[in-house]
Amino acid sequence: MGVEMEGQSVVIDRLRTSFRSGVTVPESFRLAQLEALFSLIKENETQILQALHQDLAKPKFEAVLSEIDMVTNELCFAINNLRTWMQPEYVGKNLATKLDDCFVRREPLGVVLIIGAWNYPLQLILLPLVGAIAAGNCAVVKPSEISQATEKLLAELIPKYLSQECYAVVCGGAEETKTLLEHRFDHIFYTGSQVVARSILQAAAIHLTPVTLELGGKCPCLIYGRLDIKAAARRLVWAKFFNAGQSCVAPDYVLCTPLTRDALIPAIREALETFYTPQPRQCPDMGRIVTDKHWTRLTEMLKRSTGTVAIGGESDKEEKYIEPTVLVDVKETDSLMEEEIFGPILPILTIETLEEGIDFINRREKPLALYVFSDEPPVVTKVLENSSSGGFCSNDGIVHMTLPGLPFGGVGASGMGSYHGRWGFETFSHRRACMLRGWGLERVNVLRYPPYQESSLGWLRWATGAKKGWAGCSVM
Amino acid sequence: MEMEVVENARAAFLSGRSRPLQFRVQQLQALRRLIAEKETEIAAALKKDINKSEFDLQLFELIGIDTEIRLAIDRLAEWAAPRPAEKNLLTLSDQVFIQPEALGVVLIIGAWNYPWAVTIQPLIGAIAAGNAAVVKPSELSENSSKLLKELLPQYLDQEMYPVVTGGVPETQELLRQRFDHIFYTGNSTVGKLVMEAASRHLTPVTLELGGKSPCYIDKDCDLSIACRRITWGKFTNCGQTCIAPDYILCEPSIQDRVIEEIRHTLMEFYGDDPKTSPDYGRIINKRHFSRVIGLLEGTAVALGGESDESQCYIAPTVLRDVKPDAKVMQEEIFGPLLPIVTVSGLEEAIRFINDREKPLALYVFSSKKQVIKRMLAETSSGGVTANDVLMHFSVPSLPFGGVGNSGMGRYHGKHSFDQLSHLRACLVKPLAMEGLNQARYPPQCPARLRQARFFMQKAPCSCPPATCVWATLASILALGLLIALLVVLFKVRGENCVHSHTHTHTPLIDTHTISFIVSLTFHTHTLIHRQHTHISYSHDPVK
Repeated sequence: MGVEMEGQSVVIDRLRTSFRSGVTVPESFRLAQLEALFSLIKENETQILQALHQDLAKPKFEAVLSEIDMVTNELCFAINNLRTWMQPEYVGKNLATKLDDCFVRREPLGVVLIIGAWNYPLQLILLPLVGAIAAGNCAVVKPSEISQATEKLLAELIPKYLSQECYAVVCGGAEETKTLLEHRFDHIFYTGSQVVARSILQAAAIHLTPVTLELGGKCPCLIYGRLDIKAAARRLVWAKFFNAGQSCVAPDYVLCTPLTRDALIPAIREALETFYTPQPRQCPDMGRIVTDKHWTRLTEMLKRSTGTVAIGGESDKEEKYIEPTVLVDVKETDSLMEEEIFGPILPILTIETLEEGIDFINRREKPLALYVFSDEPPVVTKVLENSSSGGFCSNDGIVHMTLPGLPFGGVGASGMGSYHGRWGFETFSHRRACMLRGWGLERVNVLRYPPYQESSLGWLRWATGAKKGWAGCSVM
Repeated sequence: MEMEVVENARAAFLSGRSRPLQFRVQQLQALRRLIAEKETEIAAALKKDINKSEFDLQLFELIGIDTEIRLAIDRLAEWAAPRPAEKNLLTLSDQVFIQPEALGVVLIIGAWNYPWAVTIQPLIGAIAAGNAAVVKPSELSENSSKLLKELLPQYLDQEMYPVVTGGVPETQELLRQRFDHIFYTGNSTVGKLVMEAASRHLTPVTLELGGKSPCYIDKDCDLSIACRRITWGKFTNCGQTCIAPDYILCEPSIQDRVIEEIRHTLMEFYGDDPKTSPDYGRIINKRHFSRVIGLLEGTAVALGGESDESQCYIAPTVLRDVKPDAKVMQEEIFGPLLPIVTVSGLEEAIRFINDREKPLALYVFSSKKQVIKRMLAETSSGGVTANDVLMHFSVPSLPFGGVGNSGMGRYHGKHSFDQLSHLRACLVKPLAMEGLNQARYPPQCPARLRQARFFMQKAPCSCPPATCVWATLASILALGLLIALLVVLFKVRGENCVHSHTHTHTPLIDTHTISFIVSLTFHTHTLIHRQHTHISYSHDPVK
């Protein structure tokens, strides 16, 4: 059961009391909870797949790779590395503090709030939760109400496997989220849209609560220069139409020269037919749009577009189905270029030069991901060095976010903060600077006390200053 | 006017001239020259603003700035270089790294208590990270602020690093503009407003705020040294330090001694009459003077208590037996009043601290390691110094920042650079080896799914591939050693048998020896393995 019966305040107070008792701090507790979460996934795989299918008609394959395995991978990574992450980090010192212990402790923040999204309803809740648990916090989890089946399942399973004293699921819509945000948390982790993000930041400002915002934007895909067009098309199609285009890191639109476009279209068509058969609607590997409202938004956007449909264009309201669609002759002012598409519609815009493409991208908000397809390394380098984005991937799409060593997050309008792997642990931790001094060497301290002597200054400068080539790195 | 300044700074940033490391180093060197060449002017301005002594200026402001600049210049290439990250099986031949990038235009809002340190130190980070920066020094330290406005354009790129002076209206106007990061040092009340303004543009913020930094004195410690260090940290800059020990917690049995030791130290530091000491500061202005004097309400003065409004002078004052609900315990003092609140011991002290907002700094004095350990483990704060005060601020490799009400984010040294950079996740792949991708494409079947999972799923041992290779080698090596050792021992034993069958001999190798060798081999292997895994993650993943 979610928290319909109990008031939100009661829940949050209970979690805060648990946190203050110190129960979440020991490594053994955190490991136990992470292992319990692992069991939750393993023992309920069928139900999870069912819920995901109910919500998004998510193909089993996609659900396994992008939801279940993402979570279990993250859990394994955290379980295997938790001890290391929890170690104090010893740092380099200056002469005055040579005999002291200087280290950084990673400490839990307290009670954190995790707000999920509907497009990857399992992973967008559980991956941050892994970071929060690993870091020793208590957490309130608020799954998206749009992916209802998953929301219900999480509300049922989480209290069954995790400590109810330390972790709670709160269900509801915009109203419930608003009241939730009136409470004080020690960190808020939000995945979703920019509009809502602003109000979350405002609510957080009242309590000086730090936030992580995983937002979106239009992820550009530059295809330029000499390249293996077939391989590029396959990877592009895979990344674009995965989850029916409803991924925050899906390539939103393509920028390429007219020549490349002409070679690209048939290659995309071929890839689409290989992946989803010539009848994608009948194909079990093709997803659906999450709600009627979102379906309408997409079909309206498509209708208003002045581009030419080169591939696809079909849709069905009852099934919330939109055929994988590619448009050409799309202008910068087109309806498809107004906001993040978040659907299986791929506009192709043409450019003459690479510089033009880079300028186009830089004129717009910084995206969550930026893609370049090219067999020419100088092209890739040029784009990388002359643009900014949350993440960057050349010659593929989406996969950069599956590497736990890379931070996953946005910049500018696409978000702030990051997670995945150790980055999640760090996000939900406070890095406390600690210096343990001894009682000796009080004679040295005398230099700093009044009454001040000019002569002491020289010594102090020498003792506390940085030396050239001085290694201030970890003493490991 | 503010809008124009920000637009110019943005144009300067977009020109790309702050990208090359050479430019950044040049700017940092120029900044260093500014500090060195204009020391006299800076000292004069600070004296006028807050009666800061020349010594304090050096120790608390200029030495720190100089250290940070030299560190940034020295290490910039390393900080700005791509940072390799862990790969999985599918990306073994790809480039996986994190590329630090500039954010754009940063707004730095300084404070008045250490007007140079808290304004220039973030600026060092901003420059090093390749950003443009609009600098807004505090109007309360008027002379320093005017001087900064005059000097900075003389040394640094004028469009890239403009200085905007003014009061609340100017700051508010600035906060309406869009920045890529806002770095604010000041109090929590304004901090909330800054964050709220930033929210409109989804601008990330670093807030270096304050709070009441507690100072627990255990009865088991060298009281004389402890009180001396505390006195130094408390009354320097007339108590106007964000990490000054705000109040003392100690057992009633040592209160009198603490007061006596502080009295003795004050005598040593400032003489009979601190008002006449050149080393003792003043309160910044009349408003704060009245505020601090007001905090004396309802307290028992053990030392000091004198004041002179005309000079904004308040004597170093110690208050005894202060009640938790006294006025002086309700807000950050930021002045030379040192209340002593008695507690029954460590337990109560920890409870007392945890009942309040998380402070910027926490101090604990004890000769017992256990006491310090417990205090660390059971409380939270921005930073901690045990058996001294303020000092954790002085080590650039320690992150300096608050938590909860005392702030968010961190800086100093490399932390400044990282705080004002975007750490961009990068995966650079070739279009070749398309075969590897087959498993993840539709149409899907169980066999393909299994294959895909094999490549992408983490095994229970989720060490990076390098560690796995290393672990395998270590295992082979260890096993080889074990075998070699056993062979040698058995051989020797065999020879013994052959050549000395007239003697009774004790076996050279028995179960104890074998188990010893096996466990030695095992531990060596584990040590090597763990060491390597440890090293893999000892890089500060930062941000």
